[in-house]
Amino acid sequence: MKQKKLTDSGLEKVIEIKGLYKSFGSFDVLKGVELDLFKGENLVVLGKSGTGKSVLIKIISGLLTPDAGEVLVLNKYVERISYRELLELRLKVGFSFQNSALYDSMTVAENLKFPLVRNQRNLSKGEVNRAVEEVLDSVGLLQTINQMPSELSGGQRKRIGIARTLILQPEIMLYDEPTAGLDPITCLEINNLINEVQERFHTSSIIITHDLTCAKAVGNRVTILLDGKFERQGTFDEVFITEDERVKPFYDYNFIQ
Amino acid sequence: MENKADTSTVLKKEAKNPGKLTRMFLTLYDVFQFIVRFFREGFLPPYEGKELLRQCYDIGYRSLLLISTTGFITGMVFTKQSRPSLAEFGATSWLPSLVAIALLRTLAPLLTALIAAGKVGSSIGAELGSMRVTEQIDAMEVSATNPFKFLVTTRVLASTITIPILTFYTAMIGMLGALLNVSLSEGTSPTAFFQTALESITFLDITASTIKAILFGFTIGIVGCYQGYNSSKGTEGVGKAANSSVVIGMFLIFIEEVVSVQFFGLFRT
Repeated sequence: MKQKKLTDSGLEKVIEIKGLYKSFGSFDVLKGVELDLFKGENLVVLGKSGTGKSVLIKIISGLLTPDAGEVLVLNKYVERISYRELLELRLKVGFSFQNSALYDSMTVAENLKFPLVRNQRNLSKGEVNRAVEEVLDSVGLLQTINQMPSELSGGQRKRIGIARTLILQPEIMLYDEPTAGLDPITCLEINNLINEVQERFHTSSIIITHDLTCAKAVGNRVTILLDGKFERQGTFDEVFITEDERVKPFYDYNFIQ
Repeated sequence: MENKADTSTVLKKEAKNPGKLTRMFLTLYDVFQFIVRFFREGFLPPYEGKELLRQCYDIGYRSLLLISTTGFITGMVFTKQSRPSLAEFGATSWLPSLVAIALLRTLAPLLTALIAAGKVGSSIGAELGSMRVTEQIDAMEVSATNPFKFLVTTRVLASTITIPILTFYTAMIGMLGALLNVSLSEGTSPTAFFQTALESITFLDITASTIKAILFGFTIGIVGCYQGYNSSKGTEGVGKAANSSVVIGMFLIFIEEVVSVQFFGLFRT
Protein backbone atom coordinates (compact mmCIF):
# COMPACT_ATOMS: atom_id res chain seq x y z
CA MET A 1 0.00 0.00 0.00
CA LYS A 2 1.41 3.34 -1.04
CA GLN A 3 0.18 6.22 1.11
CA LYS A 4 3.24 8.47 0.95
CA LYS A 5 2.17 11.79 -0.53
CA LEU A 6 5.00 13.83 -1.98
CA THR A 7 4.76 17.39 -0.68
CA ASP A 8 3.76 19.91 -3.32
CA SER A 9 5.88 22.77 -1.96
CA GLY A 10 9.39 22.96 -3.34
CA LEU A 11 8.74 20.24 -5.94
CA GLU A 12 9.27 20.91 -9.58
CA LYS A 13 6.18 20.63 -11.81
CA VAL A 14 6.83 18.45 -14.84
CA ILE A 15 3.29 18.74 -16.21
CA GLU A 16 1.00 21.73 -15.73
CA ILE A 17 -2.48 21.75 -17.26
CA LYS A 18 -4.70 24.82 -17.15
CA GLY A 19 -8.31 25.22 -18.32
CA LEU A 20 -8.26 22.24 -20.68
CA TYR A 21 -11.33 21.69 -22.86
CA LYS A 22 -11.92 18.89 -25.36
CA SER A 23 -15.06 17.75 -27.11
CA PHE A 24 -15.88 15.20 -29.82
CA GLY A 25 -18.75 16.38 -31.99
CA SER A 26 -21.39 17.62 -29.60
CA PHE A 27 -20.03 15.56 -26.70
CA ASP A 28 -17.97 17.63 -24.25
CA VAL A 29 -15.41 15.38 -22.58
CA LEU A 30 -13.04 17.66 -20.69
CA LYS A 31 -14.51 20.84 -19.27
CA GLY A 32 -11.79 23.02 -17.82
CA VAL A 33 -9.34 20.48 -16.43
CA GLU A 34 -6.59 21.78 -14.09
CA LEU A 35 -3.80 19.37 -13.14
CA ASP A 36 -0.18 19.38 -11.97
CA LEU A 37 2.27 16.48 -11.96
CA PHE A 38 5.28 16.89 -9.70
CA LYS A 39 8.73 15.49 -10.34
CA GLY A 40 9.14 11.94 -9.07
CA GLU A 41 5.51 11.29 -8.14
CA ASN A 42 3.01 8.70 -9.32
CA LEU A 43 -0.34 10.39 -9.90
CA VAL A 44 -3.32 8.11 -10.36
CA VAL A 45 -6.23 9.42 -12.41
CA LEU A 46 -9.49 7.61 -11.68
CA GLY A 47 -12.82 7.98 -13.37
CA LYS A 48 -15.67 6.13 -15.02
CA SER A 49 -15.26 4.78 -18.57
CA GLY A 50 -15.77 7.46 -21.19
CA THR A 51 -14.98 10.39 -18.88
CA GLY A 52 -11.91 11.41 -20.88
CA LYS A 53 -9.05 9.92 -18.85
CA SER A 54 -7.31 8.49 -21.91
CA VAL A 55 -8.11 11.64 -23.88
CA LEU A 56 -6.24 13.61 -21.23
CA ILE A 57 -2.98 11.66 -21.60
CA LYS A 58 -3.31 11.61 -25.38
CA ILE A 59 -3.44 15.41 -25.25
CA ILE A 60 -0.37 15.45 -22.97
CA SER A 61 1.57 13.34 -25.47
CA GLY A 62 0.36 15.43 -28.43
CA LEU A 63 -1.73 12.67 -30.03
CA LEU A 64 -4.85 14.84 -29.70
CA THR A 65 -5.12 18.62 -29.76
CA PRO A 66 -7.18 20.40 -27.13
CA ASP A 67 -10.03 22.74 -28.04
CA ALA A 68 -8.86 25.24 -25.42
CA GLY A 69 -6.45 25.45 -22.52
CA GLU A 70 -2.72 25.07 -21.92
CA VAL A 71 -0.65 21.91 -21.51
CA LEU A 72 2.87 22.56 -20.29
CA VAL A 73 5.08 19.46 -20.36
CA LEU A 74 8.69 19.84 -19.21
CA ASN A 75 8.38 23.60 -19.78
CA LYS A 76 7.05 23.25 -23.33
CA TYR A 77 3.53 24.05 -24.48
CA VAL A 78 2.50 20.86 -26.32
CA GLU A 79 -0.18 22.55 -28.42
CA ARG A 80 2.15 25.34 -29.61
CA ILE A 81 5.42 23.60 -30.49
CA SER A 82 6.45 22.41 -33.98
CA TYR A 83 6.26 18.73 -35.00
CA ARG A 84 10.06 18.43 -34.72
CA GLU A 85 9.98 19.84 -31.17
CA LEU A 86 7.10 17.53 -30.33
CA LEU A 87 9.16 14.52 -31.44
CA GLU A 88 12.02 15.71 -29.19
CA LEU A 89 9.59 16.13 -26.28
CA ARG A 90 8.16 12.65 -26.87
CA LEU A 91 11.63 11.18 -26.24
CA LYS A 92 11.14 12.27 -22.64
CA VAL A 93 7.49 11.19 -22.32
CA GLY A 94 6.82 7.45 -22.42
CA PHE A 95 3.32 6.17 -23.20
CA SER A 96 2.13 2.69 -22.26
CA PHE A 97 -1.06 1.83 -24.17
CA GLN A 98 -4.07 0.01 -22.77
CA ASN A 99 -3.77 -2.79 -25.36
CA SER A 100 0.06 -2.54 -25.39
CA ALA A 101 0.06 -1.57 -29.11
CA LEU A 102 3.03 -3.80 -29.91
CA TYR A 103 4.01 -3.91 -33.60
CA ASP A 104 2.55 -7.30 -34.47
CA SER A 105 4.74 -7.92 -37.53
CA MET A 106 7.95 -7.54 -35.47
CA THR A 107 9.56 -9.72 -32.80
CA VAL A 108 9.91 -8.46 -29.22
CA ALA A 109 13.52 -7.45 -29.90
CA GLU A 110 12.53 -5.57 -33.08
CA ASN A 111 9.73 -3.82 -31.17
CA LEU A 112 12.27 -2.52 -28.69
CA LYS A 113 14.91 -1.66 -31.28
CA PHE A 114 12.43 0.28 -33.43
CA PRO A 115 12.32 3.51 -31.37
CA LEU A 116 15.94 3.20 -30.24
CA VAL A 117 17.64 2.95 -33.63
CA ARG A 118 15.53 5.76 -35.02
CA ASN A 119 16.26 8.16 -32.19
CA GLN A 120 19.88 7.28 -31.42
CA ARG A 121 21.39 6.64 -34.83
CA ASN A 122 24.97 6.77 -33.54
CA LEU A 123 24.59 3.57 -31.49
CA SER A 124 26.42 0.48 -32.72
CA LYS A 125 24.61 -2.80 -33.31
CA GLY A 126 26.16 -4.23 -30.15
CA GLU A 127 25.05 -1.26 -28.04
CA VAL A 128 21.50 -1.54 -29.36
CA ASN A 129 21.38 -5.27 -28.58
CA ARG A 130 22.77 -4.64 -25.09
CA ALA A 131 20.17 -1.92 -24.42
CA VAL A 132 17.38 -4.25 -25.56
CA GLU A 133 18.60 -7.07 -23.32
CA GLU A 134 18.99 -4.74 -20.31
CA VAL A 135 15.50 -3.28 -20.59
CA LEU A 136 13.95 -6.70 -21.17
CA ASP A 137 15.77 -7.97 -18.10
CA SER A 138 14.42 -5.04 -16.08
CA VAL A 139 10.85 -6.13 -16.86
CA GLY A 140 11.77 -9.80 -16.31
CA LEU A 141 11.12 -10.98 -19.85
CA LEU A 142 14.54 -11.58 -21.37
CA GLN A 143 13.43 -15.06 -22.44
CA THR A 144 10.82 -13.60 -24.83
CA ILE A 145 13.37 -11.67 -26.92
CA ASN A 146 12.76 -13.61 -30.13
CA GLN A 147 9.04 -14.20 -29.70
CA MET A 148 6.28 -12.53 -31.69
CA PRO A 149 3.69 -10.42 -29.80
CA SER A 150 0.97 -12.94 -30.69
CA GLU A 151 2.86 -15.59 -28.69
CA LEU A 152 2.80 -13.52 -25.47
CA SER A 153 0.24 -13.42 -22.67
CA GLY A 154 -1.68 -10.23 -21.82
CA GLY A 155 0.58 -9.45 -18.86
CA GLN A 156 3.73 -10.09 -20.89
CA ARG A 157 2.48 -7.80 -23.64
CA LYS A 158 1.88 -5.03 -21.08
CA ARG A 159 5.39 -5.44 -19.71
CA ILE A 160 6.96 -5.42 -23.18
CA GLY A 161 4.93 -2.28 -23.95
CA ILE A 162 6.37 -0.64 -20.83
CA ALA A 163 9.88 -1.87 -21.77
CA ARG A 164 9.53 -0.30 -25.22
CA THR A 165 8.93 3.10 -23.63
CA LEU A 166 11.67 2.62 -21.02
CA ILE A 167 14.31 1.96 -23.66
CA LEU A 168 14.27 5.68 -24.50
CA GLN A 169 14.80 6.52 -20.79
CA PRO A 170 11.84 8.89 -20.43
CA GLU A 171 11.41 11.39 -17.59
CA ILE A 172 7.62 11.04 -17.58
CA MET A 173 5.55 7.86 -17.96
CA LEU A 174 1.90 7.84 -18.99
CA TYR A 175 0.16 4.54 -18.27
CA ASP A 176 -3.24 3.97 -19.89
CA GLU A 177 -5.17 1.32 -17.91
CA PRO A 178 -2.07 -0.77 -17.08
CA THR A 179 -4.03 -3.50 -15.31
CA ALA A 180 -7.14 -3.65 -17.50
CA GLY A 181 -8.15 -7.17 -18.48
CA LEU A 182 -5.48 -8.91 -16.36
CA ASP A 183 -5.87 -11.50 -13.60
CA PRO A 184 -5.24 -10.34 -9.97
CA ILE A 185 -1.75 -11.88 -9.76
CA THR A 186 -0.59 -10.29 -13.01
CA CYS A 187 -2.14 -7.00 -11.80
CA LEU A 188 0.08 -7.19 -8.71
CA GLU A 189 3.11 -7.83 -10.92
CA ILE A 190 2.27 -4.80 -13.08
CA ASN A 191 1.74 -2.64 -9.95
CA ASN A 192 5.15 -3.73 -8.65
CA LEU A 193 6.68 -2.98 -12.03
CA ILE A 194 5.22 0.56 -12.04
CA ASN A 195 6.73 1.17 -8.58
CA GLU A 196 10.06 -0.32 -9.68
CA VAL A 197 10.12 1.94 -12.74
CA GLN A 198 9.50 4.96 -10.50
CA GLU A 199 12.34 4.02 -8.15
CA ARG A 200 14.86 2.75 -10.68
CA PHE A 201 14.34 5.21 -13.53
CA HIS A 202 13.23 8.18 -11.35
CA THR A 203 10.21 8.82 -13.54
CA SER A 204 7.14 10.94 -12.82
CA SER A 205 4.01 9.11 -13.90
CA ILE A 206 0.33 9.53 -14.60
CA ILE A 207 -1.54 6.26 -14.24
CA ILE A 208 -5.01 6.10 -15.76
CA THR A 209 -7.11 3.38 -14.19
CA HIS A 210 -10.39 2.44 -12.57
CA ASP A 211 -8.72 -0.34 -10.57
CA LEU A 212 -8.56 0.96 -6.97
CA THR A 213 -6.14 -1.78 -5.90
CA CYS A 214 -3.74 -0.49 -8.52
CA ALA A 215 -4.44 3.12 -7.43
CA LYS A 216 -3.70 2.27 -3.80
CA ALA A 217 -0.55 0.32 -4.65
CA VAL A 218 1.13 2.76 -7.01
CA GLY A 219 -0.27 6.24 -6.37
CA ASN A 220 1.49 8.90 -4.30
CA ARG A 221 -1.50 11.03 -5.16
CA VAL A 222 -4.95 10.15 -6.47
CA THR A 223 -7.46 12.29 -8.32
CA ILE A 224 -10.91 11.60 -9.74
CA LEU A 225 -12.26 12.90 -13.03
CA LEU A 226 -15.94 13.70 -12.55
CA ASP A 227 -18.10 15.43 -15.16
CA GLY A 228 -15.06 16.58 -17.16
CA LYS A 229 -13.19 18.08 -14.19
CA PHE A 230 -10.90 16.91 -11.40
CA GLU A 231 -13.02 17.14 -8.27
CA ARG A 232 -10.94 15.49 -5.55
CA GLN A 233 -7.17 15.19 -5.12
CA GLY A 234 -4.97 13.82 -2.36
CA THR A 235 -3.72 10.54 -0.96
CA PHE A 236 -5.90 7.48 -1.49
CA ASP A 237 -7.51 7.83 1.95
CA GLU A 238 -8.03 11.58 1.59
CA VAL A 239 -9.94 11.00 -1.63
CA PHE A 240 -12.01 8.01 -0.57
CA ILE A 241 -12.94 8.79 3.03
CA THR A 242 -15.97 10.74 1.91
CA GLU A 243 -19.73 10.60 1.72
CA ASP A 244 -19.71 12.00 -1.83
CA GLU A 245 -22.20 9.80 -3.73
CA ARG A 246 -20.23 10.23 -6.96
CA VAL A 247 -17.08 8.78 -5.33
CA LYS A 248 -18.39 6.16 -2.90
CA PRO A 249 -19.51 3.66 -5.60
CA PHE A 250 -15.89 3.36 -6.84
CA TYR A 251 -14.70 2.31 -3.40
CA ASP A 252 -17.69 0.14 -2.62
CA TYR A 253 -17.42 -1.79 -5.89
CA ASN A 254 -13.69 -2.44 -5.57
CA PHE A 255 -13.41 -3.22 -1.87
CA ILE A 256 -16.83 -4.32 -0.65
CA GLN A 257 -18.47 -6.15 -3.54
CA MET B 1 -27.93 40.31 -30.53
CA GLU B 2 -30.20 37.30 -30.64
CA ASN B 3 -29.55 36.83 -34.41
CA LYS B 4 -25.82 36.98 -33.80
CA ALA B 5 -26.09 34.29 -31.19
CA ASP B 6 -28.15 32.15 -33.58
CA THR B 7 -25.61 32.53 -36.41
CA SER B 8 -22.79 31.60 -34.09
CA THR B 9 -24.67 28.52 -32.92
CA VAL B 10 -25.35 27.45 -36.51
CA LEU B 11 -21.69 27.98 -37.51
CA LYS B 12 -20.51 26.03 -34.46
CA LYS B 13 -22.91 23.22 -35.30
CA GLU B 14 -21.76 23.27 -38.96
CA ALA B 15 -18.11 23.05 -37.87
CA LYS B 16 -18.87 20.02 -35.72
CA ASN B 17 -21.31 18.34 -38.13
CA PRO B 18 -20.34 19.45 -41.65
CA GLY B 19 -22.74 18.90 -44.56
CA LYS B 20 -22.03 16.53 -47.47
CA LEU B 21 -20.49 19.17 -49.75
CA THR B 22 -18.34 20.62 -46.95
CA ARG B 23 -17.22 17.12 -46.04
CA MET B 24 -16.25 16.40 -49.65
CA PHE B 25 -14.10 19.54 -49.87
CA LEU B 26 -12.57 18.82 -46.46
CA THR B 27 -11.65 15.30 -47.65
CA LEU B 28 -10.15 16.65 -50.89
CA TYR B 29 -8.11 19.16 -48.89
CA ASP B 30 -7.03 16.36 -46.56
CA VAL B 31 -5.91 14.20 -49.51
CA PHE B 32 -4.01 17.17 -50.97
CA GLN B 33 -2.23 17.71 -47.65
CA PHE B 34 -1.44 13.98 -47.48
CA ILE B 35 0.20 14.10 -50.94
CA VAL B 36 2.13 17.28 -50.07
CA ARG B 37 3.34 15.60 -46.87
CA PHE B 38 4.48 12.56 -48.87
CA PHE B 39 6.70 14.72 -51.10
CA ARG B 40 8.02 16.66 -48.10
CA GLU B 41 8.81 13.57 -46.00
CA GLY B 42 9.99 11.48 -48.97
CA PHE B 43 12.88 13.72 -49.89
CA LEU B 44 14.05 14.74 -46.43
CA PRO B 45 16.41 12.58 -44.31
CA PRO B 46 16.44 10.29 -42.43
CA TYR B 47 15.60 7.72 -45.10
CA GLU B 48 14.00 4.33 -44.45
CA GLY B 49 16.02 2.44 -47.10
CA LYS B 50 15.70 -1.00 -45.54
CA GLU B 51 11.91 -0.71 -45.21
CA LEU B 52 11.68 0.61 -48.79
CA LEU B 53 13.51 -2.48 -50.08
CA ARG B 54 11.26 -4.73 -48.00
CA GLN B 55 8.16 -3.08 -49.45
CA CYS B 56 9.53 -3.33 -53.02
CA TYR B 57 10.04 -7.05 -52.42
CA ASP B 58 6.53 -7.41 -50.95
CA ILE B 59 4.79 -5.45 -53.70
CA GLY B 60 6.91 -6.60 -56.62
CA TYR B 61 8.20 -10.10 -56.06
CA ARG B 62 5.08 -11.41 -54.34
CA SER B 63 2.85 -10.25 -57.22
CA LEU B 64 4.93 -12.00 -59.86
CA LEU B 65 3.00 -15.27 -60.05
CA LEU B 66 -0.40 -13.60 -60.43
CA ILE B 67 0.91 -11.07 -62.93
CA SER B 68 2.76 -13.72 -64.95
CA THR B 69 -0.33 -15.90 -65.25
CA THR B 70 -2.62 -13.00 -66.17
CA GLY B 71 -0.13 -11.48 -68.61
CA PHE B 72 0.53 -14.79 -70.39
CA ILE B 73 -3.16 -15.63 -70.76
CA THR B 74 -4.01 -12.10 -71.91
CA GLY B 75 -1.31 -12.18 -74.62
CA MET B 76 -2.44 -15.60 -75.83
CA VAL B 77 -6.19 -14.85 -75.81
CA PHE B 78 -5.79 -11.41 -77.38
CA THR B 79 -3.80 -12.93 -80.25
CA LYS B 80 -6.33 -15.70 -80.75
CA GLN B 81 -9.27 -13.29 -80.77
CA SER B 82 -7.54 -10.82 -83.13
CA ARG B 83 -6.52 -13.40 -85.75
CA PRO B 84 -9.95 -13.90 -87.50
CA SER B 85 -10.37 -10.15 -88.12
CA LEU B 86 -6.87 -9.81 -89.56
CA ALA B 87 -7.26 -13.04 -91.55
CA GLU B 88 -10.23 -11.53 -93.40
CA PHE B 89 -7.81 -9.02 -94.95
CA GLY B 90 -4.98 -11.51 -95.25
CA ALA B 91 -3.03 -9.50 -92.69
CA THR B 92 -2.16 -12.11 -90.05
CA SER B 93 1.50 -11.12 -90.46
CA TRP B 94 0.57 -7.94 -88.59
CA LEU B 95 -0.32 -9.93 -85.47
CA PRO B 96 3.04 -9.49 -83.69
CA SER B 97 2.92 -5.69 -84.24
CA LEU B 98 -0.70 -5.47 -83.17
CA VAL B 99 -0.11 -7.47 -79.99
CA ALA B 100 3.08 -5.58 -79.13
CA ILE B 101 1.44 -2.16 -79.52
CA ALA B 102 -1.74 -3.17 -77.69
CA LEU B 103 0.21 -4.71 -74.82
CA LEU B 104 2.69 -1.91 -74.39
CA ARG B 105 0.33 1.03 -74.86
CA THR B 106 -2.66 -0.15 -72.84
CA LEU B 107 -3.04 -3.79 -71.82
CA ALA B 108 0.13 -4.21 -69.76
CA PRO B 109 -0.08 -0.92 -67.80
CA LEU B 110 -3.80 -1.30 -67.19
CA LEU B 111 -3.71 -5.01 -66.30
CA THR B 112 -0.77 -4.60 -63.96
CA ALA B 113 -2.31 -1.56 -62.30
CA LEU B 114 -5.70 -3.25 -61.82
CA ILE B 115 -4.13 -6.39 -60.38
CA ALA B 116 -1.91 -4.29 -58.11
CA ALA B 117 -4.88 -2.15 -57.01
CA GLY B 118 -6.64 -5.34 -55.95
CA LYS B 119 -3.70 -7.12 -54.38
CA VAL B 120 -1.35 -4.36 -53.19
CA GLY B 121 -3.87 -1.56 -52.58
CA SER B 122 -6.13 -3.70 -50.42
CA SER B 123 -3.20 -5.12 -48.49
CA ILE B 124 -1.77 -1.64 -47.77
CA GLY B 125 -5.21 -0.35 -46.76
CA ALA B 126 -5.89 -3.30 -44.46
CA GLU B 127 -2.41 -3.34 -42.92
CA LEU B 128 -2.29 0.37 -42.11
CA GLY B 129 -5.96 0.35 -41.09
CA SER B 130 -5.35 -2.42 -38.63
CA MET B 131 -2.24 -0.64 -37.30
CA ARG B 132 -4.34 2.50 -36.83
CA VAL B 133 -7.17 0.85 -34.91
CA THR B 134 -4.82 -1.17 -32.69
CA GLU B 135 -2.95 2.06 -31.87
CA GLN B 136 0.33 0.83 -33.40
CA ILE B 137 0.61 4.07 -35.41
CA ASP B 138 0.03 6.10 -32.23
CA ALA B 139 2.69 3.98 -30.52
CA MET B 140 5.17 5.00 -33.22
CA GLU B 141 4.18 8.65 -32.76
CA VAL B 142 4.68 8.62 -29.00
CA SER B 143 8.03 6.87 -29.28
CA ALA B 144 9.31 9.92 -31.16
CA THR B 145 9.28 8.15 -34.53
CA ASN B 146 7.63 9.59 -37.60
CA PRO B 147 5.12 6.88 -38.67
CA PHE B 148 4.31 8.70 -41.90
CA LYS B 149 7.90 8.37 -43.08
CA PHE B 150 8.18 4.72 -42.06
CA LEU B 151 4.77 3.51 -43.21
CA VAL B 152 3.45 5.83 -45.92
CA THR B 153 6.51 7.17 -47.72
CA THR B 154 8.08 3.73 -48.12
CA ARG B 155 4.91 2.08 -49.41
CA VAL B 156 4.04 4.84 -51.89
CA LEU B 157 7.63 4.95 -53.18
CA ALA B 158 7.76 1.16 -53.43
CA SER B 159 4.57 0.94 -55.47
CA THR B 160 5.68 3.88 -57.68
CA ILE B 161 8.98 2.09 -58.39
CA THR B 162 7.72 -1.48 -58.77
CA ILE B 163 4.54 -0.99 -60.85
CA PRO B 164 6.49 0.31 -63.92
CA ILE B 165 8.89 -2.65 -63.64
CA LEU B 166 5.96 -5.06 -63.34
CA THR B 167 4.29 -3.37 -66.32
CA PHE B 168 7.21 -4.14 -68.64
CA TYR B 169 7.40 -7.62 -67.18
CA THR B 170 3.68 -8.14 -67.96
CA ALA B 171 4.23 -6.88 -71.52
CA MET B 172 7.10 -9.32 -71.97
CA ILE B 173 5.14 -12.27 -70.58
CA GLY B 174 2.12 -11.27 -72.70
CA MET B 175 4.35 -11.34 -75.77
CA LEU B 176 5.45 -14.85 -74.84
CA GLY B 177 1.78 -15.89 -74.66
CA ALA B 178 1.18 -14.33 -78.07
CA LEU B 179 4.28 -16.05 -79.46
CA LEU B 180 3.05 -19.42 -78.28
CA ASN B 181 -0.27 -18.87 -80.03
CA VAL B 182 1.29 -17.57 -83.24
CA SER B 183 3.90 -20.36 -83.31
CA LEU B 184 1.29 -23.07 -82.83
CA SER B 185 -1.08 -21.61 -85.47
CA GLU B 186 1.31 -20.35 -88.10
CA GLY B 187 4.69 -21.79 -87.22
CA THR B 188 6.29 -18.34 -86.98
CA SER B 189 9.80 -18.46 -85.51
CA PRO B 190 10.48 -16.52 -82.27
CA THR B 191 13.14 -14.40 -84.03
CA ALA B 192 10.75 -13.30 -86.77
CA PHE B 193 7.96 -12.70 -84.24
CA PHE B 194 10.04 -10.46 -81.96
CA GLN B 195 11.71 -8.67 -84.88
CA THR B 196 8.31 -7.67 -86.31
CA ALA B 197 6.94 -6.80 -82.88
CA LEU B 198 9.89 -4.64 -81.81
CA GLU B 199 10.02 -2.79 -85.12
CA SER B 200 6.50 -1.48 -84.53
CA ILE B 201 7.26 -0.08 -81.05
CA THR B 202 8.29 3.57 -80.88
CA PHE B 203 10.14 5.54 -78.23
CA LEU B 204 6.90 7.40 -77.50
CA ASP B 205 5.15 4.10 -76.72
CA ILE B 206 7.79 3.21 -74.15
CA THR B 207 7.82 6.72 -72.62
CA ALA B 208 4.02 6.94 -72.43
CA SER B 209 3.79 3.49 -70.90
CA THR B 210 6.44 4.28 -68.30
CA ILE B 211 4.83 7.58 -67.30
CA LYS B 212 1.41 5.93 -67.06
CA ALA B 213 2.76 3.07 -64.94
CA ILE B 214 4.51 5.50 -62.58
CA LEU B 215 1.24 7.43 -62.21
CA PHE B 216 -0.72 4.22 -61.60
CA GLY B 217 1.80 3.02 -59.01
CA PHE B 218 1.72 6.34 -57.20
CA THR B 219 -2.10 6.32 -57.22
CA ILE B 220 -2.31 2.78 -55.81
CA GLY B 221 0.18 3.62 -53.05
CA ILE B 222 -1.35 6.94 -52.08
CA VAL B 223 -4.95 5.69 -52.09
CA GLY B 224 -4.12 2.57 -50.04
CA CYS B 225 -2.03 4.51 -47.56
CA TYR B 226 -4.55 7.37 -47.21
CA GLN B 227 -7.44 4.99 -46.59
CA GLY B 228 -5.50 2.85 -44.12
CA TYR B 229 -3.70 5.66 -42.31
CA ASN B 230 -6.96 7.53 -41.71
CA SER B 231 -9.18 4.57 -40.95
CA SER B 232 -11.29 4.48 -37.80
CA LYS B 233 -14.23 2.68 -36.20
CA GLY B 234 -12.49 -0.59 -35.30
CA THR B 235 -12.55 -3.69 -37.47
CA GLU B 236 -15.34 -2.26 -39.61
CA GLY B 237 -12.99 0.63 -40.44
CA VAL B 238 -10.24 -1.80 -41.48
CA GLY B 239 -12.62 -3.56 -43.89
CA LYS B 240 -13.76 -0.23 -45.29
CA ALA B 241 -10.16 0.96 -45.72
CA ALA B 242 -9.24 -2.20 -47.67
CA ASN B 243 -12.38 -1.99 -49.80
CA SER B 244 -12.10 1.75 -50.56
CA SER B 245 -8.43 1.31 -51.46
CA VAL B 246 -9.43 -1.07 -54.24
CA VAL B 247 -12.58 0.72 -55.44
CA ILE B 248 -11.14 4.26 -55.42
CA GLY B 249 -7.79 3.02 -56.75
CA MET B 250 -9.39 1.26 -59.76
CA PHE B 251 -11.70 4.18 -60.46
CA LEU B 252 -8.78 6.63 -60.52
CA ILE B 253 -6.70 4.27 -62.70
CA PHE B 254 -9.45 4.21 -65.37
CA ILE B 255 -9.73 8.02 -65.27
CA GLU B 256 -5.96 8.37 -65.58
CA GLU B 257 -5.97 5.89 -68.49
CA VAL B 258 -8.59 7.92 -70.38
CA VAL B 259 -6.75 11.20 -69.75
CA SER B 260 -3.35 9.78 -70.67
CA VAL B 261 -4.65 8.20 -73.90
CA GLN B 262 -5.99 11.61 -74.93
CA PHE B 263 -2.79 13.36 -73.86
CA PHE B 264 -0.29 11.03 -75.57
CA GLY B 265 -2.58 10.86 -78.60
CA LEU B 266 -1.69 14.50 -79.21
CA PHE B 267 1.93 13.49 -79.86
CA ARG B 268 1.07 10.64 -82.23
CA THR B 269 -0.65 12.67 -84.95
